[in-house]
Amino acid sequence: MDKIKELERKSRARNTAWTVAVFALLVLWAVIVLFPFYWMLLTSVKSYASYNAEYVPKFFTLSPTIENYVQAFTAVPLAKYFVNTIIFTVVTTGLMLIIVVLSAFAFSRLEFKGKNLVFTLFLSLMMIPNELVIITNFVTITNAGLRNSFAGLILPSVTSVFYIYLLKENFEQIPDELYKAAKVDGTSDFKYLWKVMIPICRPTIVTVVILKVIECWNSYVWPRLITDDENYFLVSNGIQTIRESGFGRENIPAMMAAVVVISVPLIILFLVFHKKIMEGVSRGGTKG
Amino acid sequence: MYNRNNPKGWLYLLPALLFITVFMVYPLIDVFVYSFEEGYNFASQTYTGVGLYNYSYILHDPYFLQAIRNTFILVIITVPLSTGIALLISLALNSIKKLKDLFQTVFFLPYVTNTLAVGLVFMILFKKTAYTEGLINLLLNSVGISSVDFIEGPYWAKMFVLCFYTVWVVLPFKILILTSALASVNKDYYNVARIDGTSRLRMFTRITLPMISPSLFYLIITGFIGAFKAYSDVVALFGTDLNAAGMNTIVGYVYDMLYGNSGGYPSFASAAALVLFAIVLTITVINLLVSRKNVHYQ
Repeated sequence: MDKIKELERKSRARNTAWTVAVFALLVLWAVIVLFPFYWMLLTSVKSYASYNAEYVPKFFTLSPTIENYVQAFTAVPLAKYFVNTIIFTVVTTGLMLIIVVLSAFAFSRLEFKGKNLVFTLFLSLMMIPNELVIITNFVTITNAGLRNSFAGLILPSVTSVFYIYLLKENFEQIPDELYKAAKVDGTSDFKYLWKVMIPICRPTIVTVVILKVIECWNSYVWPRLITDDENYFLVSNGIQTIRESGFGRENIPAMMAAVVVISVPLIILFLVFHKKIMEGVSRGGTKG
Repeated sequence: MYNRNNPKGWLYLLPALLFITVFMVYPLIDVFVYSFEEGYNFASQTYTGVGLYNYSYILHDPYFLQAIRNTFILVIITVPLSTGIALLISLALNSIKKLKDLFQTVFFLPYVTNTLAVGLVFMILFKKTAYTEGLINLLLNSVGISSVDFIEGPYWAKMFVLCFYTVWVVLPFKILILTSALASVNKDYYNVARIDGTSRLRMFTRITLPMISPSLFYLIITGFIGAFKAYSDVVALFGTDLNAAGMNTIVGYVYDMLYGNSGGYPSFASAAALVLFAIVLTITVINLLVSRKNVHYQ
């Protein structure tokens, strides 16, 4: 063991140059990641006049202003987009959670004919890309007269086969004995799920909720297809409208203020839950 | 002990079954039906015949061919590039102790941010306006390269921004997966190799790569699938009228056929979506065949 330690010490000394290179790479990438966020924040507090007067943009400002934020909320219905997105996110996540927990419970704890067949079918649906089913869903929702309504926005995204799978795996780790003991005591299935399984699996459920909230907050394609009435726009659609026609003129500072406003909730969520989010995503989340 | 056949199980499954049937299983069948219905009219929901005309139409549509070309260029550039950069950064992350958590958290930030919103910032950084050349162009000028409009200018410049932004967006996920794969490689292998005086490069190719190859292939497969479905980041940079910008992707073409100024053709959209699905499936199968030969599963 001493030999190993000595070798490790030697190689550490030799590696100072290597370490510098490593840190240089990491710092460079950190700058590339953070710079857009810094730039949106900086631009959002520059006044319209000073932004347009800077041929070479300044990297700081000495006279920050909130006029752009005022404009972002008054010139376009940003608050409305914001409230819509909150409603959409809360209702979708809530409904999804109920459906997912009930199904995971059925798959993990109850015995009934055809269970394995249905579960296999569910799993195979995980491979189906959203692009294939969105066309018919668009037609279905349009024919049902649910365009420009929260029902139309929410209903197609309240199930997730992946989260059912994730939660089922977690539920199965709870020992059988607990269930049997509860049955002996005459506890109903539903009460057992509510009082025992959900509290034990709270960490996984929290992860699922956070991932779904992120997904809802960022969703763009479906809301764009299903809404053309501004009263039902979510923030993503709102920002696209602002980009294409907002503020009447190319008011980039106000645009950036809007971008900051819609980015802040998720950044706060990330700062608070970053460990949980990263752990959840590495267990099987993907993007796009 | 307890009931072997508990029909109440179906009751618990009912909501999920209902939604999955209506919004996944039925559409999956329907998309094939649509793609073969010729002359489908969205308003009256009637069609004139059954056949392959929809496929023939989109395969002769210059916009679709352009969308295919754009998508393939994007995939071929960004998948190897992002996987390579992610591997490099993960190796760097894994070789430090101090600040590792901080860097890891910072690097993951783009994953949670709104693609549309941050895309707007990228657009502003790259865009040339009447007031300013844009920050990136000024940087280029300072090293003696002349300005170019990356957002409304030549094709290669637009493709460059798109690839750059795509890599920026997909990297957090790849870094996360590779960093945890690297961290789980048993340190004893490296210690033994060091005693044998093995070079760093050899340790990388003979220990690290084989040990993380399952994660690497997982990333390549999901990377291909994700890149083929590129859409929102393209919209963020170039706006919703992607055909006019010459930057449409296959998924963008599907949505344009469905809705918007050129929309109202679910049959063409279905055919295009199925062509995309066939491409993705083929690439995934090829990937799996290659990985079976090269991936070291423990």
